[in-house]
Amino acid sequence: MKLVIGIVRPEKANDVLEALYRAEVRGVSMSRVQGHGGELERVETYRGTTVKMGLSDKVRFEIAVSDDFVQATVDALCEGARTGEVGDGKIFVLPLDRAVRIRTGETDHGAVTPVDG
Amino acid sequence: MAILAAAAQVDTGDTAWMLVATALVLMMTPALGLFYAGLVRSKNTLNTFMMCIAAIAVAMVTWALVGYSLAFDGSGSLIGGLGYFGLHGVGFAPREGTTIPHLVFMAFQATFCIITTALVSGAVVERMRFGAFLVFATLWSVLVYAVLAHWVFGGGWLAAGGTLDFAGGVPVEMASGFSALAAALVVGARKDYGRLALLPHNAMYVLLGAGLLWFGWFGFNGGSGFSTGNPSVLAFTNTLLTPACSLLTWFVLDLIRGRKVTAIGAATAIIVGCVLITPAGGYVSPGWAMALGFLGALPCYAMIVWRPRTRVDETLDVLAAHGVAGFTGILFIGFFASAAWNGVSDGLFYGNAAQLGDQALAALVGPAYAFGMTFALLKLIGAVMPLRASAHEEALGMDVVQHGEEAYVTGEGAILVFPEDGGPIPVPVADPG
Repeated sequence: MKLVIGIVRPEKANDVLEALYRAEVRGVSMSRVQGHGGELERVETYRGTTVKMGLSDKVRFEIAVSDDFVQATVDALCEGARTGEVGDGKIFVLPLDRAVRIRTGETDHGAVTPVDG
Repeated sequence: MAILAAAAQVDTGDTAWMLVATALVLMMTPALGLFYAGLVRSKNTLNTFMMCIAAIAVAMVTWALVGYSLAFDGSGSLIGGLGYFGLHGVGFAPREGTTIPHLVFMAFQATFCIITTALVSGAVVERMRFGAFLVFATLWSVLVYAVLAHWVFGGGWLAAGGTLDFAGGVPVEMASGFSALAAALVVGARKDYGRLALLPHNAMYVLLGAGLLWFGWFGFNGGSGFSTGNPSVLAFTNTLLTPACSLLTWFVLDLIRGRKVTAIGAATAIIVGCVLITPAGGYVSPGWAMALGFLGALPCYAMIVWRPRTRVDETLDVLAAHGVAGFTGILFIGFFASAAWNGVSDGLFYGNAAQLGDQALAALVGPAYAFGMTFALLKLIGAVMPLRASAHEEALGMDVVQHGEEAYVTGEGAILVFPEDGGPIPVPVADPG
């Protein structure tokens, strides 16, 4: 059981969702975050004040999956989020100690497996 | 002496109202910016608003240089002259047939050219390059707006033939609506159109914009009599009645279709109602104006439901809200104009079938000219420069790409740059290495 965290460009978030859907990965959380990797800063000007936007908007996916699905999830994130330019984002795969589905109290494998129908 | 003689013909009451009406109509363009900006995604907010602001800049200058002259100098059949080039000879003396200074008449008409140019942008927002839009607006405001304004307002062939158009069903509403269709076809759909849900990002802007547009429309329609006389009073009051009726129709249609009355639908209904009464305002009785609001909303609603199912990404439905509504209003005059109210002509319902013919002619040639000319113009501009941003830029959003600004900037992580220091550019906090 792993927690896959993918940090991607906001404009690629919909492509990632589509790729995840095709890979039959169903349980997903996403949030808007700001961060900085190695990409060039955007320069913006507001009434004569020029600023470099050191932090870029990103979308962070958090996906808890059983071991069988780890590779498919990582592949889907890569496929959906890649543009080839600096700033495409990162994927982190973390061990996951425990998962609980609140509604039923199911744990671990049962909790990260989508309910059919 | 000439000045004194001229002053005697100017009516102070009429002039006072027209000065206010001009300011009201100018306000409609930023109001349209709000309305449009609310309907797009947040990353395109500023660019969408800026297209309306740009229309003020571009169309005002082209109008002062040549547009006004081509529209209102002389009564040539197809196009006016160049006698008022650069506002030459436009002064304090009243324009013939009016009781207001020529300058006020020109300024009032300028605000019409401005908002009409801004209206067309609704078809191409979220993807058209700002520079290409500026070029398009420059040419369109002269070659489409000024020409059609001459045909119906400036004594051109439609006006001479008997077509009635109180405040611009042909040059403003149908011209913008059918030009929008042509623009959407030439520029092409947004890259995610039909694939992702592209939703309005701020319904409050949409409602606020619609409210301000309605307010401004009292100047637009109420000023189109160029006086405080009966036609203006009738148009002013009808501008209150018709949108209220189209709102109610919209509520019912929304209820039937989705079981809920929607806010963005209501904002759209206000615009549709105002457009419907624009050509007919000074020609139909208040009762028929209400009927126009109830009935005229039907084809516009149908178009707004149908259009997104097509592959034509006419993004903000200028064709439905302005083209179809303007068409309906122009034809409505042909049926229900009443000489008892307007002192000019009856429609078919009151026994004058010829009026309907005059209206139908305008309802055919106006859209045809606007569509054809806009299509050709954009093809021409597209041959010289790219019309639209790249797919990557479109994904980033036009605000950052075209203007280097964001509408909802947080400032977190932003670092001041002092170019005048000439020193090393500061490194971002997140990347001190």
